[in-house]
Amino acid sequence: MLRVDTTPSYDAWQGDTALALHAVRDGIMECEEIVDDTPKIKDTTFNETTRWLIAVRDHRDKAAFAKLFDYFAPRLKAMLSRGQFGAANADDVVQDVMLRVWHKAAQFDPHRAEAGAWIYRMARNRQIDVIRRTPPPSPEDMPEQVSDEPDAVQILALEQEGERLRQALAALSPEQRQLLEQSFFDDLAHSKISAINNLPLGTIKSRIRLGLERLRRELKDLR
Amino acid sequence: MHDTHHHISDDLIDAYALGRLPQAYSLVVAAHLSLCDTCRARADALDMIGGALMEASDHEPVNPDLRANVLNALDDPAYKPAPAPKGSGPFPAPVMAALKGAPPKWAPLGMGIRQHILHEDQGGSVRLLYIPPGRAVPHHTHRGLELTLVLQGAFSDSEGHFQRGDVQTARDDLMHQPIADAGEVCICLAATDAPLRFKGWIPSLLQPAFRI
Repeated sequence: MLRVDTTPSYDAWQGDTALALHAVRDGIMECEEIVDDTPKIKDTTFNETTRWLIAVRDHRDKAAFAKLFDYFAPRLKAMLSRGQFGAANADDVVQDVMLRVWHKAAQFDPHRAEAGAWIYRMARNRQIDVIRRTPPPSPEDMPEQVSDEPDAVQILALEQEGERLRQALAALSPEQRQLLEQSFFDDLAHSKISAINNLPLGTIKSRIRLGLERLRRELKDLR
Repeated sequence: MHDTHHHISDDLIDAYALGRLPQAYSLVVAAHLSLCDTCRARADALDMIGGALMEASDHEPVNPDLRANVLNALDDPAYKPAPAPKGSGPFPAPVMAALKGAPPKWAPLGMGIRQHILHEDQGGSVRLLYIPPGRAVPHHTHRGLELTLVLQGAFSDSEGHFQRGDVQTARDDLMHQPIADAGEVCICLAATDAPLRFKGWIPSLLQPAFRI
């Protein structure tokens, strides 16, 4: 039976965070020292998954959607099948999330998110909803993209930061990685630790802020 | 666009994004993220970690029937998710969702101050507070954590000046007296994990009746 914990305690969280800071500081510090050079456009295409999602968003492209499904559904299912969430719940959430990908694609902004991050958040929210039997409060949706001229430099810069993040994750010890996966994937009452403060998030945050500001600027121009 | 001066700490945003925060605090965080690009970027950056972990994780084969169901359902309006609630007036979308789309039903607390309780459970409670211009919220203390987000107007206390989008984070036993700015009604979204204890205002016997 799925454990339902509607009242995670803040005190427990504080304890976990303190633990995490001590437990995970070793080993990944060198990843933060990567110099932030100016983004270069190596090729003019984005990640495959981002291109598929843009094709779904802009052209309601069902073939591209099928590719997204074949890429993400097995990964979502693996993420959701961990712990006590259960295979039936996992199937329900995979189906629900992939349909949301189709219907909410207009919300996808590649200046602020990679396709995987955007889809992860939808899956996590649905998972929390099922576990707590109430949807988690979500921030306001950003206005839909109004420009059809994407800023390639900015999108590629965010992807480069994503690449650095993936390198940092790959450099983690198996134990550290497991702790992160527990925090990001598992039944909320059981996740013990967050190792996130030692990952190179600073520049990612700056890129995402640029994306948010770009969107707001465009909307202002439109008025 | 938004010039927020008082943010939510990274550890609270992390706890929110990972689903570790009680519903009452989660609502305040979600409302702040709706108004603050800096903190929204932190939350979005955490999603990049989640996405990267998910993409690098194992694959588990998906039943071909499930795939066929999804592809066949794309044009079926029955599977279209309900539109997300929109913000209205001072209330960002997550607050409108908690209000179920209706305006607040204010209940008087005395001294012109009003409240509307949005949610409470064992993990904490969250309410909207309506404070007339220039009015002081009486001295109160609380156990644990109190998060107060300004949605309209502004208030000041010993910790500083707080305007729309700003969050005051008060930890254990901070004794404070917020005073609303003159000119505009101050509306706040406040979450606590334990009943507020007022000093010399509402007699403590009455506090259970007011649920504060």
